[in-house]
Amino acid sequence: MHTAIVIVVVLLVVISIAAGLIWVERRLLALWQDRLGPNRVGPLGLMQVLADMIKIFFKEDWIPPFADKAVFIIAPAITMVTTLLSFAFIPWAPNFVVFDSNFGILFFLGFSSLGVYSVVLAGWSSNNKYSLLGGMRASAQMLTYEVFMGISLMGVVMMADSFSFSAIVKAQQHMWFFIPQFAGFVVFFIAGIAETHRLPFDIPEAEGELVAGYHTEYSGMKFGMFFVGEYMGITLISAIIATLFFGGWLGPSFLPPFVWFFLKTFFFIGVFILLRAGLPRPRYDQLMEFGWKILFPLSLVNLLVTAAVLLFIK
Amino acid sequence: MYSILRTLWLTFLHLFHKSETVEYPEVKPYLAPRYRGRIVLTRDSDMNERCVACNLCAAACPTDCISLQAAEGPDGRRYPEFFRINFSRCIFCGLCEEACPTYAIQLVPDFEMGEYDRQNLVYEKENLLISGQGKYPDYNFYKQAGVDMGVKKKGEGENEEKPVDTKTLLP
Amino acid sequence: MAKIKIDGKQFEVEAGKNLLDTCLELGFDIPHFCFHPALGSVGSCRLCAVKKYKDEEDSRGRIVMSCMEPVTDGLIISTHDEEEKTFRAEVVESLMTNHPHDCPVCDEGGECHLQDMTVMTGHNYRQFDFKKRTYQNQELGPFIKHEMNRCIQCYRCVRFYKDYAGGKDLNVFASNNRVYFGRFEDGTLENEFSGNLTEVCPTGVFTDKTAHKHFTRKWDLSNTPSVCTHCSLGCNTLAGERYGTLRRIRNRYHGDINGYFLCDRGRFGYEFVGSDNRIKEIWKQNGNREVVSSESLSEVLSGAFQEGHNMVGIGSPRASLEANYSLLSLVGTDHFYHGVSAHEYELTKMALDFMQNSGIQIPTLKQMETADVVLILGEDLVNTAPRMALAVRQAARHSMNKDAGAKKIPEWTELAVRDNQPVLSTQIYVATPKKDSLDDVIKQPFRGGYSEIAALASSVAALLDKNAPAADSEHKKLASDIAKALQNAENPLIISGVTCGDKEVLQSACNVAQALLNNDKKVMLGMIFPESNSTGLSLFPGKPLADLFASSEKKPVDTLVVLENDLYRRAETGQVNDFLLKCKQVIVLDQLQNETTVKADVVLPAAVFSESEGTLVNNEGRAQRFYKAIPDGENGQARESWLWLNELKEIKENGFEGWSSLDDVFQSMLNELPAFAALKGKFPDEGFRMLGRKIPRESFRYSGRTSIHARESVSESYPPEDFDSPFAFSMEGQQEDPPSSLITSYWSPGWNSVQATNKYLDKPNGDLKGGNPGIRIFPTAAKSKTSYFKLNGSKSNKGTGEWQLFPVYQIFGSEELSAAASSLSERIKEPFLLLHPDDARDAGIDESTAVQVEIKNEKLTLRVNFENSLPRKVAGVSLQLPGMPFVALPGSGKITKM
Repeated sequence: MHTAIVIVVVLLVVISIAAGLIWVERRLLALWQDRLGPNRVGPLGLMQVLADMIKIFFKEDWIPPFADKAVFIIAPAITMVTTLLSFAFIPWAPNFVVFDSNFGILFFLGFSSLGVYSVVLAGWSSNNKYSLLGGMRASAQMLTYEVFMGISLMGVVMMADSFSFSAIVKAQQHMWFFIPQFAGFVVFFIAGIAETHRLPFDIPEAEGELVAGYHTEYSGMKFGMFFVGEYMGITLISAIIATLFFGGWLGPSFLPPFVWFFLKTFFFIGVFILLRAGLPRPRYDQLMEFGWKILFPLSLVNLLVTAAVLLFIK
Repeated sequence: MYSILRTLWLTFLHLFHKSETVEYPEVKPYLAPRYRGRIVLTRDSDMNERCVACNLCAAACPTDCISLQAAEGPDGRRYPEFFRINFSRCIFCGLCEEACPTYAIQLVPDFEMGEYDRQNLVYEKENLLISGQGKYPDYNFYKQAGVDMGVKKKGEGENEEKPVDTKTLLP
Repeated sequence: MAKIKIDGKQFEVEAGKNLLDTCLELGFDIPHFCFHPALGSVGSCRLCAVKKYKDEEDSRGRIVMSCMEPVTDGLIISTHDEEEKTFRAEVVESLMTNHPHDCPVCDEGGECHLQDMTVMTGHNYRQFDFKKRTYQNQELGPFIKHEMNRCIQCYRCVRFYKDYAGGKDLNVFASNNRVYFGRFEDGTLENEFSGNLTEVCPTGVFTDKTAHKHFTRKWDLSNTPSVCTHCSLGCNTLAGERYGTLRRIRNRYHGDINGYFLCDRGRFGYEFVGSDNRIKEIWKQNGNREVVSSESLSEVLSGAFQEGHNMVGIGSPRASLEANYSLLSLVGTDHFYHGVSAHEYELTKMALDFMQNSGIQIPTLKQMETADVVLILGEDLVNTAPRMALAVRQAARHSMNKDAGAKKIPEWTELAVRDNQPVLSTQIYVATPKKDSLDDVIKQPFRGGYSEIAALASSVAALLDKNAPAADSEHKKLASDIAKALQNAENPLIISGVTCGDKEVLQSACNVAQALLNNDKKVMLGMIFPESNSTGLSLFPGKPLADLFASSEKKPVDTLVVLENDLYRRAETGQVNDFLLKCKQVIVLDQLQNETTVKADVVLPAAVFSESEGTLVNNEGRAQRFYKAIPDGENGQARESWLWLNELKEIKENGFEGWSSLDDVFQSMLNELPAFAALKGKFPDEGFRMLGRKIPRESFRYSGRTSIHARESVSESYPPEDFDSPFAFSMEGQQEDPPSSLITSYWSPGWNSVQATNKYLDKPNGDLKGGNPGIRIFPTAAKSKTSYFKLNGSKSNKGTGEWQLFPVYQIFGSEELSAAASSLSERIKEPFLLLHPDDARDAGIDESTAVQVEIKNEKLTLRVNFENSLPRKVAGVSLQLPGMPFVALPGSGKITKM
């Protein structure tokens, strides 16, 4: 019964946060660009999300005649499902988690790998050169950053001696892991941006060159699923950063634990949006080079050093 | 690396800047006198149509949204029989105004032309012609031109000699 | 050949021509005004300055006028030296000192040679601070608008009008800075080629008054190549359309036919397409008129095509080959009748037979210009084939050139050539009943009735060849002069035609030609036919109208289909009335209402030339295509004749699938009629593409694309499609370098005016690049297979009290369609009778009174005009002016005072 309630709460909260982020991002971006952003629909423009939802549901759900229909329909669903499933392992507060698995991190890594399929299949099934190029870029980019995203987390796992998110949070009672694992944090954060293909790493959908990349042919709610999926990805990565490196729900007791968790998460969501506001998009080869030549060695060194230090201490 | 962080910081600081947005329609923006908005056809100081249907605006129009037909009045004066601008195509570039040799077509500081029905964006002459001279008062093309089309007789225009006497034998 | 160097590049060119001509031929953009390829150079505008260098070492050079500089071997020039550029800019600047600020209201704007030259030379700022000179304009009649302020004194207008076309009422007046080009007083320009002033004038002094009524700029016209349908010469024209109506007709250069110039009938006759008389609906007539929708047409006509019905079709010499063929295919060969009188039918067959079998050279108009001896028999050229009169006039010029050439005066130095021969001495002989427009350039006129003309020609033939039938003319001296001239000529030309209507004149003209052929002389024979497709129709199987009238006595006609033909112009009123009464159902396809359409049971609106496509065969046997300028459906229910006939055939034969395009009709015509076999594959069909695209009718600067139809619907629809031709009704497609028959506009960067024509020619005044359009379908017989015609000798009508009457054609009015043009109607005379004043006095008839003329069964009321040049007892009757019934002319008749 407890689990069922948790599931419902997590699902509702995550989806509303993701949807609300549409408004948050537009408002924040506007502020950083000296504009106002959506402010007409409802108080502070908050109903903009609702208006957008209504609009997107009423749009013609069009499938191009040249597309591979079945795959075309499945692709956007995959991104939603994999991201949502990952939330199952993240504790929002003590004992507030859907499934406190011993292998939480592995599950998360697994699901995010599966997320690649969504983009690749969307690009391929659209049967359109821009989509295909977007899909190919996305797969290369995500597979690359997947590798050291995993490795960068191993330092944390070693220090906490567990793959369970709850255990890792508890292991940060005395010191948040971003201090000993700063390198790991940096690598994971950057890999996280690439994994969600957010700006500045939105190369798969670079509108200046690929129209809209893998989702060029999508419209209506199918496009909406990609859209919401992206915001859920941001929320997920932010939540994981907060959990693994910044002590999750831990914090001074004048606020309840889940508030701390959300505060930390929202902080990183804000950073995501700030990155979008401030940074230009690198070239595709620069992105790959940066990944393989800098981040990958860095994460390996971090792993070795952590291992050596731990060995030395124990 | 430093520059990236500095960029982010500077961007972040914009959180505390004043917004540039003008909250139209509560606040009306300032439009300069030469703002390129609504297109009108003007009249000269005698309140006659300035347009002489020379077709230069139509030729200059990059979206080909102007069409007209020349006609001739009883005194030979040329005017457009019809003059149509399809504002659903117009991009308000102002090339028609620049091309106009008679200052007839002018772009004025008004942009509030929204319609719910696209068909209503097709303006005919009666929708375009205003009862005023617009930006260039006192210009009358026919006083500059050599033709006699009811405005002035031959040789009575600005900068014109009296008509030549072809019968004279004087040197 | 001469080697010359222009801007450091070597060229090998023809020596002796002028340098400007050569530079234009080579594609250099040399600014010029007064030079016109057909008019030669006079060196008056000073704009075509180039720099000439003494030798390779010479770096200073000197400025010369390229139009006055002969091309010699080793010539070195530059075309864009700083000094000469400044010179040219200053010339234009001085020409512009008095040019008014008129461009926006000037009809020439956008295709103005002066605008082009001003831009080309780079003059852009007026420094002249004084007042502009002005002139009063003149009223020059229904065709030409005069705006003298715009003149830059290049003299092109008088050089064309006076020197080239022989006009007498346009000249240059006054002196000093007051030079004036116009008439002595206000009045209509009388010359038949006045319309060319609009193209010859490099600015807007002379502009097209008819086009002014519905003025459209050049860039806004959707142009389609067309062929003039108002006489048998087949001059090429450009039909310009905008907003679904025909806006103007312009000359389309054809190196062999019209060159740079058209006649006024061809240029201004187009206005009939907008006449109030146009038929635009299907009418069912039975005492009253009822409009029928196209859907219910098959119901209306269902009874017309039953089995066993006697169905008859009457073709037309002014309808295209395809339309005539569609009719033939509907009614069958045995029931197809040429819609011409028996007399015309016979003469046409005879003339064509001689042309095809005698092995004679059938000249193009261009070739006629080079003839040294010309004999014109019976034909009033300027009225029956106007453009040919202009060509013959150039033959006179040719003789001047030859004379000057002997004295080493180059033929392009226009003024020197003229001064060399102040009194024209040519070898042109004109034998006509009345004074002729060419009289001022001919050696000796001969005035006589047709029988005397035939006698004169016969004695010329007899003098040339002893085997020719002997003849006896009273004018032995003239006959022997002509015979001698022809015998010694290098390039003799004989002109006659079916239009004069006299069998003997035609036969004797053929006899003269035959005599020269028998002497192994090279000889050209120019034939004139009455209508635009007379030649084409006569190549069809079929019988004349008279046969039909005769057979209808025995076997009444159940269904009669008349194609674009007013029977009341082909036979006497009573005869036609009788015949139509015997026809149970009469279906008429025509463009304009006429007496035949009034009598019809069903009238189908036929498309005019600008709305249809088809092939016409001109007087020299040249088949040419005209294309539709206006998309279907712009003129009510009017459709192309072949489409109507196709529909009738579908109604008649249930199994008939119909032709889907004009190409289908044309194909099956070629298969069925061997006379046209030579045309197989010669015309670009609908599938023709350049670089995969159609040829656009609209210029690339066509304006208003998104606005023209916006009033009806703001959503833009596709442009209309053309399933019959290689053209698109849009600006999309391949515009550059089309085949010569498919040129839609003359334009080249920097050349917006009609002078851009030169860019489409192999050399100025030469042939179109890729050959002149049209296919000559007459196989030329290698050896003469014809023999002399035996003339019956004239029947004297002395003592019978009857007059010899001959037809007087009028350029304005005698042709059926153009007579409905509003501007032409001002020039159309009232039906008249030409009488010698002495004859009139004898008969007690005063000038300008009405008389009754009785010819056969027809009685006409005509106004008497005196004509001094007429021979006695011969009178001229105006032919088929509006309001006149058919009369059999030439013939004899009675004249009675009223």
